[in-house]
Amino acid sequence: MQQIINFVIRNKTFLLFLLLFVISLGLTIQSHSYHKSKFINSANFITGGVYESASSISDYFDLNEQNDILLDENNRLRTQIINSVNSSVSSNSIIDSVSYNGHYKIQSAKIINNNYASSKNYLTINKGEKSGIREDFGVITSRGIVGIIDNTSNGYARILSILNTKSRINAQLKSSNQIGSLKWDGKSGAATVQLTDISKFALVNKGDTIMTGGQSTIFPKGILIGTINSFILDISGDTYTIQVKLFNDMTNLSHVYVVENLDSKEIQRLEHPIDE
Amino acid sequence: MNSLNINSIIRFVILILAQVLVFSNVNFMGSINPYPYILFILLFPANNNRTLFIFLSFMLGLFVDLFSNSGGVHAAACVTIAFIRPPVLKFAFGMVYEHQTIKFNNTEFSNRVIYFSIPIFIHHFIMFLMEIFNLSNILLVLQKTLFSGIFTVILCALISVLFSNKQR
Repeated sequence: MQQIINFVIRNKTFLLFLLLFVISLGLTIQSHSYHKSKFINSANFITGGVYESASSISDYFDLNEQNDILLDENNRLRTQIINSVNSSVSSNSIIDSVSYNGHYKIQSAKIINNNYASSKNYLTINKGEKSGIREDFGVITSRGIVGIIDNTSNGYARILSILNTKSRINAQLKSSNQIGSLKWDGKSGAATVQLTDISKFALVNKGDTIMTGGQSTIFPKGILIGTINSFILDISGDTYTIQVKLFNDMTNLSHVYVVENLDSKEIQRLEHPIDE
Repeated sequence: MNSLNINSIIRFVILILAQVLVFSNVNFMGSINPYPYILFILLFPANNNRTLFIFLSFMLGLFVDLFSNSGGVHAAACVTIAFIRPPVLKFAFGMVYEHQTIKFNNTEFSNRVIYFSIPIFIHHFIMFLMEIFNLSNILLVLQKTLFSGIFTVILCALISVLFSNKQR
């Protein structure tokens, strides 16, 4: 017994190093598995508070640009409204305003921390559970998708960016309904992602548009993602791997929309009845 | 002794804030970031309690991890370089360290750069290896280590020159 204690005292530095190293290794491995990185994340009040106060200063630097983006979007939406009002008035005059049953609820939020340089990128937004934001809500901008909420605290939420090697998003070709999954390989820069598992029978052309497919309960169908930059047939010869150039500038994000699918619980209950 | 502790705490906080608010957002050439927060480990007084030092390094790394959503990547790298610091000190400064009288402000600039670069490259290698976590991407790891490492060494040297209160 005496010898064991002596051994511990003699090697206490090494043992402490080993202990701390194993702890951090455990945290790292945990952060690599989807939906398990609960402890070390930037959606808590310390980091969220620091990031929020820093972003309240740095927001002023690209105010003009963000205004332009918002103005662009307003422009587009206003055109849509005017055109749809004209057409709906002419076609049917009865508007049922009592039962409004939208499938999606959208709220705006602001990015307070944006990462795109590492291979596991996350963003932090300034809204959390207090505003009704939960895990697995989608996040989009006026130009395209950003990612999926993967962790929330009271006042902040963390987004798993599409520029994260863990991210898998259901996507399809706009022209032909062929679905695949959108991934990122971690080394192709912040403007390009990969669309995999597109069948070789699909008609793929350079410049085609990629949008979200309706298969997942997170994003509504038809949110734009990007255009096809180049494509190759996989080694197996069955599927294409497509390089997609994003519409979104992931390096310059400020205002985003959080999309909640109001039907997601019902759909999930229907699809996985045994899990409960 | 007491003033030294306060000095260390201030350095701890300032370096973490500078890292997460400024240096992690440099993104030079797309994705190259420096990590000069490890100056805290490099410049920690040499003749001090080693267990406390390793624990403080772990906390430093953990805080940076907390801010940058990276699991325990920085913590692991920081603990490692804190553990291997004494041999590196001996290698870089030789006799001065043997006599336990080292003052970083009074060391030669070239010695200091050598002393900085060894732990910095080890730190970056461990960090990127654990972040990417895939041996088939080892080339990407080495490339990131090299570029970020050079950036960090330059920044650390500049900062240590800028903030050294050398008595002449």
